[in-house]
Amino acid sequence: MYNDNFMTEKNIEMADKNFDVNDQSTVDNEETVGEIHVGDPRIVAKNVDVHYGDKIAINNVSIDIGKNEVLAMIGPSGCGKSTFLRCLNRMNDTIDSCAVKGELYLDKENILDKKIDVVSLRAKVGMVFQKPNPFPKSIYENVAYGAKIHGMAKNKAELDEIVFKSLERAGLFQEVKDRLDSPGTSLSGGQQQRLCIARTIAVSPEVILMDEPCSALDPIATAKVEELIYELKENFTIVIVTHAMQQAARVSQRTAYFHLGNLVEVGPTEKIFTTPIHKLTESYITGRFG
Amino acid sequence: MNLSIIFFIIMILGVSAYFAGLKKSLVLRNDKKLNSTPSYYGSILALNSSLSAIFFIILWFVIEKNFITQLENYRNYLYLFTLVAFLISSILTYKKIKHEFKARDNVEKIIKILLFACSSLAILITIGIFLSVIFESNRFFNTIPITDFLFGTHWSPQMPIREDQVGSSGAFGAVPLFTGTFLIAFIAMCIAGPIGLMSAIYLSEYASKKTRDIVKPLTEILAGIPTVVYGFFAVIVVAPFIRNTGEEFGLAIASESALAAGLVMGIMIIPFVSSISDDVINAVPQNLKDGSLGIGATKSETIKKVIIPAALPGIIGGLLLAVSRAIGETMIVVMAAGMSANLTANPFEAVTTVTVQIVILLVGDQEFDSPKTLAAFALGLVLFFMTLILNYIALHIVRKYREQYE
Repeated sequence: MYNDNFMTEKNIEMADKNFDVNDQSTVDNEETVGEIHVGDPRIVAKNVDVHYGDKIAINNVSIDIGKNEVLAMIGPSGCGKSTFLRCLNRMNDTIDSCAVKGELYLDKENILDKKIDVVSLRAKVGMVFQKPNPFPKSIYENVAYGAKIHGMAKNKAELDEIVFKSLERAGLFQEVKDRLDSPGTSLSGGQQQRLCIARTIAVSPEVILMDEPCSALDPIATAKVEELIYELKENFTIVIVTHAMQQAARVSQRTAYFHLGNLVEVGPTEKIFTTPIHKLTESYITGRFG
Repeated sequence: MNLSIIFFIIMILGVSAYFAGLKKSLVLRNDKKLNSTPSYYGSILALNSSLSAIFFIILWFVIEKNFITQLENYRNYLYLFTLVAFLISSILTYKKIKHEFKARDNVEKIIKILLFACSSLAILITIGIFLSVIFESNRFFNTIPITDFLFGTHWSPQMPIREDQVGSSGAFGAVPLFTGTFLIAFIAMCIAGPIGLMSAIYLSEYASKKTRDIVKPLTEILAGIPTVVYGFFAVIVVAPFIRNTGEEFGLAIASESALAAGLVMGIMIIPFVSSISDDVINAVPQNLKDGSLGIGATKSETIKKVIIPAALPGIIGGLLLAVSRAIGETMIVVMAAGMSANLTANPFEAVTTVTVQIVILLVGDQEFDSPKTLAAFALGLVLFFMTLILNYIALHIVRKYREQYE
């Protein structure tokens, strides 16, 4: 039920049912409510549509994502939040049937442009996945991977510095400093996820995308990752997809609520969780469906 | 009446026994709940009686061959006794079918024993082959010292048949055969390794699904072509082509050369490498690929640094399968590489391999006490050890790699 990448018939049907119970009006073509725009945007999405073959996964989404903020995207399974996240660094390119339309600007550059260099885009917009996915290499090599690929270090000393600093910032250095040569897969789940975050930070991205980064972790590991996200926002723009509403409330400044491929409501997190404007948002956060 | 008819009868009786057991248990079920479902009662009856009959036949033959040879005169009664064994066993089991009889546990036990018997059969046969090769080789090494065989560099296995015959001294230095084998296998792997691996990478990572569905089966056809046909191809097309090309550059290339055989063999084993590598590359989890792509690695960087290392155990497995195929291959070498045992590393010369020599030694007139014939077993033994060592190394590499990264 956590796989948002594909809207199955069943998901849509189920969501439809819930939706009918709560609200008879349709969201199609309805404008997003709340505060879409921010003063100092880093990412600007304008009328983004995503199709998987004939199916619409994302319908006309427009949203700004500000500098040094954590934006949480919430919504029921199959609502398109992960799909939208994957648009931000063109990871949807790896799915053949997926077509993205609209405009999506990162620092005034349209990243949906076919001509753009996807490799340098992904270096600027890093991604952390739902399941920790360290490479079958040592801890050191895992973190050094991106830096090596992008030729960021001229010599071993510089590479060491990048690796140590990234591990430090991911709050993992103290735990692994004595065993940097052991395989990344030998770490615990929570450590693996922080290793993946360190690996992403090592490339010095501007934006970090996180696709339910804590859904495979226990509460203690989750707390550590959340703390880390909170600290990272000083330097990075973070977009996080989550199913845990408390997590969204804890780590984010703004929250976006997706429903059936529509962006229903965006606003400051506090406002979304206390005084939501849209009925659907209210139903979702009060646990009436989802 | 022969044995196959007896087995056929046992089979039919076994099926009837199944239904008899089933029927009895169905009737029993009407009074009280049974320990197992009715089909288990049928199965246990059928299994017990057929197995006793078969066991009886085996016992009869063992006794006849080893202890009481006179039993052969009573062969006609064997069939009767077998049926009696079947009936006794089925009546005993039939009587046992009651509510509390644990038919399911018994069936499970018998199935477990049958499966164990099948798996041990393979091991026993391997041991049997190994022992017979060892004994024959031992006879060979009684006449020819093992050091001469392993380290001698001259191979000319003609033995005088009559005392007064001249010109056939008989030299059994196997070194030229092994160098020939390795030379051809090496040439073949130089072709099949890179081409197979790269086509696997293309098929699994770059090709569209449609291309893959067409190209993969077509590549696999290569493995299905009979090796004799590859031999033709090597002799008629490849060898003349290599010779003519060599002449252009002023190189003297024999019309039967290690290069021709190795090239064609390489083509033959491409599918072994590509098909297995393709499967293991596909088995690398998508999230590892995403992880690499997600921090800005290109497709080829991801393949080189993440996918290939992750798929390495499987790829090595595929390569080693190809190597053992190359070492064991005979027909192409007979036709394209010649039969002269030259000790050379020059791929343009004719060489011969272990398997080819085994064939030559055992074809035509032969006496099984001449070193010439027995040499074939010695060669087989060494080949056996070579593949064993190869497999051991492969397993070791794979295991070490797994321990490190799983």
